[in-house]
Amino acid sequence: MTSIILRTSTRYMFPPLIVFSVYLLLRGHHFPGGGFVGGLFAGSAFALYALAYSVSDARKAFRQDPRDITAGGLAIALLSGIPPLFSSHAFLTGTWWEVPLPMGGVLDVGTPLIFDVGVYFVVLGVLLTVVFALGEEE
Amino acid sequence: MLTLLSIIFIAALLAPFVHRLCPKYTGAILVTAPIAMVIWLLKKIPEVGHGHPVTESFQWVEKLDLELAFHLDGLSLLFALLISGIGSLIVLYTQGYFKGHPQQGRFMMYIIAFMASMLGVVLADHLLLVFIFWELTSFTSYLLIGFNHNSPDARNAALQAMLVTVLGGLFLMAGIIMLAGAADTWRLSEIIQRGDVLLAHKNYLPILILVCIGAFTKSAQFPFHFWLPNAMQAPTPASAYLHSSTMVKAGVYLLARLHPALGSSEEWTLILTTIGTITFLLGAIMALGQKVLKRLLAYTTVSALGAMIMLLGVGTSYTIKAMATFILAHAFYKAALFLIAGGITHETGGETSVDKLGGLRKAMPISFACAILAGLSMGGFPPFFGFVAKETWLHALDHYPLLVGATVIGGAAYVLVGFAVGFKPFLGKMPAELHAHEIPLSMRFGPIVLGLCCLAFSFFTGSIGHNLVQPAATAIVAKELEVHLHLWAGFNKAFVISLITLMIGIGLYCSRSFLVATAGRLGVLVKFGPDAAYQFLLNGVLKFAAWHTRVLQTGILRDYIRVTVLTTVALVGAALVRAGGFQRWENLAPVSIRIALVAILMISATFATVHSKSRLRSILSMGVVGFCMAILFTFFGAPDLAMTQLVIETLTVILLVLAFHHFPPFRHGSKKRTRATDIIIAASVGITISLLVLAALHVQTPTPVSDFYLEHSYKEAHGRNVVNVILVDFRALDTLGEITVLTIAALGAYALMKLKPKKEEGGE
Amino acid sequence: MEVVLAIVIGFLYGGGLYLMMRRNLIQLIIGLGLLSHGANLLIFTAGGLRKGGAPILADGEKVFSTIPADPLPQALILTSIVISFAVTAFALVLFLRTYQTVGTDDVDELKETETE
Repeated sequence: MTSIILRTSTRYMFPPLIVFSVYLLLRGHHFPGGGFVGGLFAGSAFALYALAYSVSDARKAFRQDPRDITAGGLAIALLSGIPPLFSSHAFLTGTWWEVPLPMGGVLDVGTPLIFDVGVYFVVLGVLLTVVFALGEEE
Repeated sequence: MLTLLSIIFIAALLAPFVHRLCPKYTGAILVTAPIAMVIWLLKKIPEVGHGHPVTESFQWVEKLDLELAFHLDGLSLLFALLISGIGSLIVLYTQGYFKGHPQQGRFMMYIIAFMASMLGVVLADHLLLVFIFWELTSFTSYLLIGFNHNSPDARNAALQAMLVTVLGGLFLMAGIIMLAGAADTWRLSEIIQRGDVLLAHKNYLPILILVCIGAFTKSAQFPFHFWLPNAMQAPTPASAYLHSSTMVKAGVYLLARLHPALGSSEEWTLILTTIGTITFLLGAIMALGQKVLKRLLAYTTVSALGAMIMLLGVGTSYTIKAMATFILAHAFYKAALFLIAGGITHETGGETSVDKLGGLRKAMPISFACAILAGLSMGGFPPFFGFVAKETWLHALDHYPLLVGATVIGGAAYVLVGFAVGFKPFLGKMPAELHAHEIPLSMRFGPIVLGLCCLAFSFFTGSIGHNLVQPAATAIVAKELEVHLHLWAGFNKAFVISLITLMIGIGLYCSRSFLVATAGRLGVLVKFGPDAAYQFLLNGVLKFAAWHTRVLQTGILRDYIRVTVLTTVALVGAALVRAGGFQRWENLAPVSIRIALVAILMISATFATVHSKSRLRSILSMGVVGFCMAILFTFFGAPDLAMTQLVIETLTVILLVLAFHHFPPFRHGSKKRTRATDIIIAASVGITISLLVLAALHVQTPTPVSDFYLEHSYKEAHGRNVVNVILVDFRALDTLGEITVLTIAALGAYALMKLKPKKEEGGE
Repeated sequence: MEVVLAIVIGFLYGGGLYLMMRRNLIQLIIGLGLLSHGANLLIFTAGGLRKGGAPILADGEKVFSTIPADPLPQALILTSIVISFAVTAFALVLFLRTYQTVGTDDVDELKETETE
């Protein structure tokens, strides 16, 4: 499966796909999207890369071992549950802070958002672990 | 009480570590825990004796009405003292018995844990707590009997003891639950005050029978007696402790405890007296023909337990006094004899048969002295405490000539056994091949203390009677009693009968070789005994299990799916038929052309997936089904789902395509008949599920939780996308669980793929 | 509408199970996939089909003016979709490894645990 068309289009498609996955992740709290879909999108971007070039190229492009990403995501999700404990709420209770932006206005930052980021990385990591493992099989 | 009990349990847990740190003093260190219990109990004697029970209670599971409630009255006190007192001696004895044995720590752990469980049984006031400790004793006893787990005999005996007692435990549990229901309380101390209510209750007889089965299995009553002699596979300290003085008395304890509640009815007397007497005689007669030291003792133990049940069944205040006295006497002489028997076997290099032993008096003078004391007490010779008990007993049965007759036969057998274990090994000529030494110091405590008690108690009959027997008997009959024990009650009828018993006993001992030979000839009868019935049942269960496994566990996936699916269809179908038709056809969403088209596409894609002979076509058709799902999700207001489904479907197809060229093409066709059957099964599932969906429509909970989510999503969780808010905020813990599962699945897949088993080199 | 979907669900279940009873490992996986589609659709339909729009608040609004689709089954299904993907992936790898080790992709021949 080494078609020039696929390779070229992948090269152009790849960055927007990644950006779009992050966009999906961040808007998820208010609009359709979220960590699951975001992670899946990012994962499919790399899967596409692997199909167009080769799994080892995709692995190089990804730079990290996907298992580390999975573990990291899980850790982020777990840690996001900790802050509410300090204000004597249950583990994983949503906690929100209003961060003033330099340009004026405020940004809502909450632990659920951080949790969603964790989900994003877990899904991405899991997907790539399996795709790379299967793809490298001789 | 709870504190001391916990300390003993902790001591059990620590035993292996203590043994590792200082193997020489394990016993000495661990014994402090039960000794603390003994001291505490002794201090409580005056208080309890005056009719002031000690109670303690802690909340455990409030909703279930479960409390850690303990209650110490005269009866509990008597048993608890025996358990912790004899237990302390046993722990010391174990130190010598298992000297240098690498598993000594393990044995100590079991035996101390057993001690704690047994104390729990007699001290607990909450019925469920009693049951928990009761089962714990069965469990620890299993571990102790099977201690030599390399021996198949020990394993079988352990399994047998456990199956019998645990099966009885199940009956007991049913009885306990009904009892608590009838008395409307779980507290034993309250139940025993509601005897009138219980006697008149419609469940009285079932309760009585269930509790009796539980108690009889534990206390080795006929026809469940067979496990106890077999349990002699246990190391001697365990036999001495569990199977003579404590565990087997748990059943006696329980029945004695419930006597105020369930006693004083004709059924009670009938059941207990009959079974008790049969067991008493059976045990005594079977003991006559035994050759092995421990089995001689085991059968008389069965017999003694029967006697206790018999006396309890008669249920007059005299017989109950006699029973309490006999419990005390029996515990001391039987434990002492067991320990001596263990000592003999231990020091002669494993000799267990009475007839091969002799002339040990010079080599083991201390054991001999103790054996005389205990043996004579067992035989009921004056002036030993066994005699006092026998006198009280005969006196109590004054109006029951049949039972007196039984007692004479049983008592005579005890004389024989007392002689055979207490004298035979020490007197006469020592066989040439026998080499023996005196038992070591740590093993002497037990026999000496217990043996001396057999004698000494007779001279403090007043104090023993007043402080131990009277409170216990008072608790059993639940009214004030005066107990006066006498060593010499005058030259009366009981004394005459006692003398006759002794003579018969001595006569029996003299003709022992004949009895043993007769027993050998009658050995064939064992084939028809309950032991054989047990084996038959056990084999039956195993055969059934094997048959069942052969038929149901074929190892073929199709069969499993068929069974599971058809069961589901049958159950769901039955429920659907019972629920009747589908009344609410209104409020259905209208059928739109678009959706109908999507539905038709889905059905045809499903057909294509199933029917296709090509893998690629099959995979792609499944993809089509997935994309149609996404379209449906869009139609019905679920954009998140639609998006996720689209990506997942793409990825699934990519994965399958990546993997499938490693597999060969489809080539294993099933037979036509199999396919036809499968089509019918699959169709029946499909139809059932369709009907189920229709029946489940509009089943609405009064207040759907979704309303809460819809209302609070923005206000409290700062999110406009409710689905996302549910996932990352309201139900974040579930999502955390889910991503953990994802991680595990990925790691599993990775491990399967990357960590290949090494090819076996060289081949086979 | 529900009747139509109920029929579709019935077909998905039947087809999925039929495939799972065949002898090829790949068919087993595909059957599993169809079955999970069926289960998801079942949850979705049983939760009630409402054409009231997605459970997403419009900008500026604080409460829903019309009752939207039920968000709870959606959250459940979202989870389920991702999990069944993981199951499919795991099953695929497991079967691939089985096939390579045992040398057959015939489910009926897999009843022995011993490899030769």
